[in-house]
Amino acid sequence: MSVVNELSLSQPMKTHRVAEALSRARELAILVVILVIFAGTTIKSHDFAHVTSIQQLFTNGSLFLLLAVGETMVIVTRNVDLSVGSTLGISAFLVGDYFTHNAHPSLVLAFVIGLGVGAFCGAVIGFIVTVTKVPSLVVSLAALYIIRGILNIIGLGVQIEPTAIPLSFQKIGFETWAGLPWIFIIPVVVTLVVAFSMRSFRPMRELYAIGSNPAAAQLAGVPVARRVFTAFVISGTLAGLGGVLFLSEFATVNATAGSGYELLVIASCVIGGVAIFGGSGTVIGAALGAILLQIINQALVVVNVSPFWDSALAGALILVTVSFDRLLSNRASLALRLKDSAARGK
Amino acid sequence: MSDVHVVEPILVMKNVSKSFGAVVALADGSIELYPGEAHALLGENGAGKSTLVKIIAGVYQADGGVYTYDGKARNFRGPHDSQEAGIAVIYQEPTLFDDLNVAENIYLGRQPLTIGRTINRREMRRQARVIFEQLGVDIDPNRKAKGLSVADQQMVEIAKALSKDARVVVMDEPTAALSPEEVKRLFTVVANLRERGVAILFISHRLEEVFEICQRVTIMRDGAFVRTDLIGDLTIDQIVRSMVGRELGLLFPKTDIAEGNEVLRVERLTREGTFYDISFSVHAGEIVGLSGLVGSGRTEVARAIFGVDKYDVGAVYINGEKLKGGSPLRAMHAGIGFVPEDRRQQGLVMDYGIDHNVALASLRKLSRGLFLFRWAEDKLAADWAVRLHLKYGRLSDEANTLSGGNQQKVVLAKWLAGQPKLIIVDEPTRGIDVGTKSEVHRIIDELAQSGVAVLMISSELPEVLGMADRVLVMREGRLAATINRSDATQESVMMAATGQV
Amino acid sequence: MPLVGNNTSTTSPDETLLSAEKQHWSFSGRSLFRWESALVLFFVFDLVYGGTSSPDFFSRNTIFFAGINFGLIAIMALPEMLIITTGEIDLSVAAMLGLACSSFGYLFEHHVEVFLAMFLTLCVGAVGGALNGFLVTQLGLPSIAVTIGTLTMFRGLAEVILGTNEVSGFGGPWTDAGTNAIPGTPFAWAFGIFVVLALIYGAVLHFTSTGRSIFAIGLQEEAAFFSGIRVKRIKFNLYLISGIVCAFVGLLYTYETNTARYDAGTGLELNVVAIVLFGGISIFGGRGTMLGVFLSVIVVGIFDQILSNNNVSSQEQSIVFGVLLLASVILPNAGRGYRAVRKRIGSKWPRSQSLNENAAAISDL
Repeated sequence: MSVVNELSLSQPMKTHRVAEALSRARELAILVVILVIFAGTTIKSHDFAHVTSIQQLFTNGSLFLLLAVGETMVIVTRNVDLSVGSTLGISAFLVGDYFTHNAHPSLVLAFVIGLGVGAFCGAVIGFIVTVTKVPSLVVSLAALYIIRGILNIIGLGVQIEPTAIPLSFQKIGFETWAGLPWIFIIPVVVTLVVAFSMRSFRPMRELYAIGSNPAAAQLAGVPVARRVFTAFVISGTLAGLGGVLFLSEFATVNATAGSGYELLVIASCVIGGVAIFGGSGTVIGAALGAILLQIINQALVVVNVSPFWDSALAGALILVTVSFDRLLSNRASLALRLKDSAARGK
Repeated sequence: MSDVHVVEPILVMKNVSKSFGAVVALADGSIELYPGEAHALLGENGAGKSTLVKIIAGVYQADGGVYTYDGKARNFRGPHDSQEAGIAVIYQEPTLFDDLNVAENIYLGRQPLTIGRTINRREMRRQARVIFEQLGVDIDPNRKAKGLSVADQQMVEIAKALSKDARVVVMDEPTAALSPEEVKRLFTVVANLRERGVAILFISHRLEEVFEICQRVTIMRDGAFVRTDLIGDLTIDQIVRSMVGRELGLLFPKTDIAEGNEVLRVERLTREGTFYDISFSVHAGEIVGLSGLVGSGRTEVARAIFGVDKYDVGAVYINGEKLKGGSPLRAMHAGIGFVPEDRRQQGLVMDYGIDHNVALASLRKLSRGLFLFRWAEDKLAADWAVRLHLKYGRLSDEANTLSGGNQQKVVLAKWLAGQPKLIIVDEPTRGIDVGTKSEVHRIIDELAQSGVAVLMISSELPEVLGMADRVLVMREGRLAATINRSDATQESVMMAATGQV
Repeated sequence: MPLVGNNTSTTSPDETLLSAEKQHWSFSGRSLFRWESALVLFFVFDLVYGGTSSPDFFSRNTIFFAGINFGLIAIMALPEMLIITTGEIDLSVAAMLGLACSSFGYLFEHHVEVFLAMFLTLCVGAVGGALNGFLVTQLGLPSIAVTIGTLTMFRGLAEVILGTNEVSGFGGPWTDAGTNAIPGTPFAWAFGIFVVLALIYGAVLHFTSTGRSIFAIGLQEEAAFFSGIRVKRIKFNLYLISGIVCAFVGLLYTYETNTARYDAGTGLELNVVAIVLFGGISIFGGRGTMLGVFLSVIVVGIFDQILSNNNVSSQEQSIVFGVLLLASVILPNAGRGYRAVRKRIGSKWPRSQSLNENAAAISDL
């Protein structure tokens, strides 16, 4: 009997390793797809690999990259933040407003304002979600409207002119370091830092525990409310940083800045392998997902396919990745079942 | 065991009480736990055991009474506090994190760190391996918790308790979902823990197990302490009487009746990887017990017959007519009712009213033309509530307000309302207190009397032996033996189930 | 069945009678805290606020414009309501509107006969809805991910079909339906259609076996499946119908604006979801009423109109909308908290305890 036991224990392990390897391969797979698209389009049009083109890609992708990183932290806890687009917008506007009203603005203060506004928005949402226990989908949906509305009211008749934005600030948007624009370097560094901490720090690991089994997390003594609150604050802060970078890139803001970003950001996470119901997924995956969505856009232009196809393809990509994930896990569980019984049959 | 009493108790509760609004959940909770003892806590559902455990764990705070742990009065503010103090609770419902690996499940929040304050994964794995070796189990610390068997999940929980050097381990019905071998393994671990001086509080509905591993027993009834005794001083009868507070009728009343026509015939049913070549039949008025170890494929066969899962080969006949598989609705129309194993997930819509639940399988029949009105559901539910002696407040009350036994009656009512020819009951009395248990048995018996064919799956051998006209025994996905009522004994069934024929 | 007439009955007829009486008592007590009551208060507030802020408020114009501005969102809220009640979500509704708009514009531009074009457009809706349904039910994918995908894809296809073209000049008798009131009434056609559909949807949700099944699926899908409810088929059909209804709204939109553009209705999906949630439908599924959603449409529709009358921009109205949405989920919770407090205070007088509350507390233990 004990033989039976040992066999049934050891068999699923192998299948599991395969499944785990596959989930790790997710980041790799997206990276490969990105490189293939990149190489393919470069062969088609040599301009594509040209520095400015890459820069353009990075510039466009970087905002989404930031938002996707923050969103991943929230989704991992089995929540969602639909307000990131609005938060980005209001942060960009308030920083622009600061520049407009100060003759000698400080860049540091500009960043502080942007990040602070974002953190505040995230904190309010996180507070409501954790205190009232109202589903975050609803709270952040409401926040999306409220923040956008506030932006419209304070933005009424205020024009943020490019002339008001200091050149030193705008440089973040176009100046490069080692061929890479600052506006790309900053989000990448943020991504790497968050990715590292989500792997290596105790409180960050607890985010995964919360998303995996909220009730058990509570019983295990995880301060669930505090962690979820923190995830929202970080997501908001990163959206705020996104606003600052948005302003440095475009040097102008209107009331619609960042609107409609929220669903694209979630789409990036989904493509990057973040489970929509929490518990698993990595920041790197989500970041790569964001880049993939952007590169498709760029590639279409180059290969002379109508850019109208962009979002149709992006939508198809989302559907294909989630379907593929499901088929893989179905196959894994079937294999587990068959192997299990084979072991028992011996 | 008298030497145990020389040492000081590690945990003492005296006259502890807890109320929720006007409802007194615990009037007088008293218990003493000594290091190195396995202590059984017994009582019917609603006797206050869970409340007591939750106060021990710090999930609830006591309103009154004294709670002393390790010589000091305590009032833990949350589960975190009690864990810090060295109390580990292994709950009935698994509390693991599916997406994290086993080692991280054990060490969540306490992961070993490197000098740079980051998690030292290698060290964490090594420590987990050491603990598993001590426990004598073979679980890969690196695999994710998703897909672990219930027994292995419990082992991970116990490993968690060990890793914290817990001095008190509370186990809430740990054996409910285990096979006999797994129970044996658990008991070895319990003995192991006792040797280390850990106090174990063991809650179970299976009295045989209590007699096997516990030294002392505390019995509760209606939220109050009844008695604490050495296990050797009590008989099963005395325990049951203390728990129930009244004499019980016969637990397993099976009336002999002549069997009728063949209602269900299963021919060579096979689902790859789950069960193979299953053939049997059930006649009107007959109760057929389907026995075997957990994981032997009993539930899976039932699910396939009812159309929840698909099968690869074979056929199911109802009254001689072939039933196409893969659809519960078709099975229902053919006259099958299915009381599933997991009452809270599969049997009932817990947040739906009693009336809606009873009507759920008869919606079409209750409709007048296109429309379905609530009074039709209420009428049906009221009718069945009386017939099955359901204890409830209002028919519109949600099913989750009922006790386990009454919930099971609602599930039965749902299927009986459709007047089935065959009813499959899977673990019909799991987690139901002793009193209501016999009522469920009587209902099943009356069904058979009225000519319904009954296929009963149960892990409780006495239940199977008492109720079934015939016992089918499954082993590793195959039908190992068919034993007639007259030949069926604990030994003969277990031999067949474990393959020692 | 011989189960009748056992003499060891524990529930005597008297007891049953008693519980029926209690049911009556507590129903009135409970309904005080129903979300629908709050919505009625909001409605009264609408009327008072509207009446005081503008002398022309109580006029045919208000009703007509509220109907025409809000009717389309209202119609899309109906299929969304059923889908959310099953515990799923459809974020692709507005993108389907856009795709239908584009398709119809394209067909019209290519001189396809109007009825045929309409029929084909509805077919597009059906195909899109079926795609959602297939992915959610057959592959078992999370609906939020699926419909974000189809949202992006439908909108993208709309763009592929029509590009940045704008088709206009539809004319014909249908324009009347898009822009005028139902003859003899102040109601816009869109609103009239909403009311008729709402009656049908309400009947289905509350007075049919399908409705019961939808609630059961939303509360506990597995138990519903084990009770013989065809979970997949019901969900698939709901998505299919959602696709068709949204395509129909796309046609209405085309005639209302007399133009077909690919970006028609961009971003409305969140408004639709918000209206449904404001109506008291639980985002987790299984709870809510048609009446709630109907009131939600009326309250928000009229309020929007008042703000527009007062020259408040639609963007600023979104604050009010967001606050209302938050209130709709927080207030009922607060009500529950209030009940809990009342229960605790009431505990000094044990008579005020209903059997039900006792049972609920006990089962919580």
